[in-house]
Amino acid sequence: MKTIELDWKPLALVPLLAGLVLPLIGSGSTWTTLTVAGLAMGMIIFVIASGLTLVFGLMDVLNFGHGVFIALGAFVATTVLGPMTNWTTADDLVRNVLAVLAAMLVAMAVAGAVGLAFERFIVRPVYGQHLKQILITMGGMIIGEELIKVVWGPAQIALPLPEALRGSVFLGDAAIEKYRLFAVAVGSVVFLTLAWVLTRTKLGLLIRAGVQDREMVEAMGYRIKRLFVGLFVGGSGLAGLGGVMWGLYQQTVTPQMGAQVNVLIFIVIIIGGLGSTGGALIGALLVGLMANYTGFLVPKVALFSNIALMVGILLWRPQGVYPVANR
Amino acid sequence: MSQNLLELSGVHTHIGAYHILHGVDLVVPRGQLTMLLGRNGAGKTTTLRTIMGLWKASRGRVTFDGIDVTALETAQIAALGIAYVPENMGIFADLTVKENMLLAARSAKRAQHMDTQRLEWIYSLFPAVKQFWNHPAGKLSGGQKQMLAVARSMVEPRKLLIVDEPSKGLAPAIINNMIDAFAQLKLTGTTILLVEQNISFAKRLGDRVAVMDNGRVVHAGPMQELAASEELQHALLGLAI
Repeated sequence: MKTIELDWKPLALVPLLAGLVLPLIGSGSTWTTLTVAGLAMGMIIFVIASGLTLVFGLMDVLNFGHGVFIALGAFVATTVLGPMTNWTTADDLVRNVLAVLAAMLVAMAVAGAVGLAFERFIVRPVYGQHLKQILITMGGMIIGEELIKVVWGPAQIALPLPEALRGSVFLGDAAIEKYRLFAVAVGSVVFLTLAWVLTRTKLGLLIRAGVQDREMVEAMGYRIKRLFVGLFVGGSGLAGLGGVMWGLYQQTVTPQMGAQVNVLIFIVIIIGGLGSTGGALIGALLVGLMANYTGFLVPKVALFSNIALMVGILLWRPQGVYPVANR
Repeated sequence: MSQNLLELSGVHTHIGAYHILHGVDLVVPRGQLTMLLGRNGAGKTTTLRTIMGLWKASRGRVTFDGIDVTALETAQIAALGIAYVPENMGIFADLTVKENMLLAARSAKRAQHMDTQRLEWIYSLFPAVKQFWNHPAGKLSGGQKQMLAVARSMVEPRKLLIVDEPSKGLAPAIINNMIDAFAQLKLTGTTILLVEQNISFAKRLGDRVAVMDNGRVVHAGPMQELAASEELQHALLGLAI
């Protein structure tokens, strides 16, 4: 018996997909540009989806209102960055990045605080009732969108990139947008932090155990509902962070942006295996790459491509690429 | 301090529309090993789950160490000093053996904070725990998983250990390990409540016995008394011990 058995097949899917489309794209530089764009998009989706998959895994809560935290985070970023134009327009990478980091921290805090209220008043009354969870969390998202319109207005708002994150760097003939590299870096930091917490701390151990068998964790004397509230707040904060990243990626924000991204998030957590953080990362990278490749090769099927990807993966592994044991 | 560590009086439990326990009266004396016997469907597992608060009693009272725990949450009940091993063992398959043990050691934040003397004692009872320390628990055999489940419940001292069918599906050699473990644990002053179907296992270990039928305790007394009376065995369990 081996000590650690790493299931490498899902890991191979990302390079496999990238390798398969290379001959179809033809140009190496275009392929590089699309691949980096796909990885960046995937990392942003991962940041948003990571909290949601753990929330589902731990308490079986289907939160269709997760998108509201994305939009909230993005709008908070417009408020924070608005008065910081001296910082964002300066041709100084450090000041630019500090401004974005400030927006990210405030967005995470606000989304986390709203997440706390969302869990208390919307999710908690419907624990264990999936149909009601879907209906009430979707209702919560609609209310959230309307409240965003009340505060920031119904029109879309520009969220321009800071000066130093605009433009591209060149790798041979391939143009790679600087912001996409920044998004990959932020996403990697989030993933590594999550991986560290989940594998190296007792808190992470409790989360991983709770995702597998909530009842047994409670029978060991741990109050899992408190853990869940903390996780919900953390997941909402991460969605807020993802909202800032997505808003900067699109360079505009609208109250409906969360609902638009929601579909992608659910595809990602289903591909990954409900409750699996590693699976969510694989799923997010596949979704990001697929969206960019098909957008370039066959734009007409771009919208359908991720659904097809999910169906294909579920035919291979019906519970996702990294199914959680005991579920 | 009451002589009984655990007392159930008139406990009724409903699961959905089904009325499973019909007024269970049960006492578990301190420092003794009490066997809960009964046919399939008699209500033994439901009784254990009701004690742990995993299913709530709809009527009656559960008292642990003088505290009414009937309405408490499962985690609060466990934190009073109860270790519970469910029928399905409750092993976290994706975690390693070490991580399973660490989780059960509530006071330890890291593996190196666990009581090493106690761990050595557990290794001596269940060598597989040490042998597969860094292996995923899901890869263990059924017997090894059962050993891990019991070892996990012993990683820190608890006032009461509740185990649901520890000998289920185990080879005779492993059953002997289990008997040895429970006997040693009892010597440390731990009170034990076991649900069993294996009558010879029950006979070798039990100080007291309670027999359930149709959601009630229909007999309670010393194990010796039941073991000595074939008539009683036939009447209560439909077989001889």
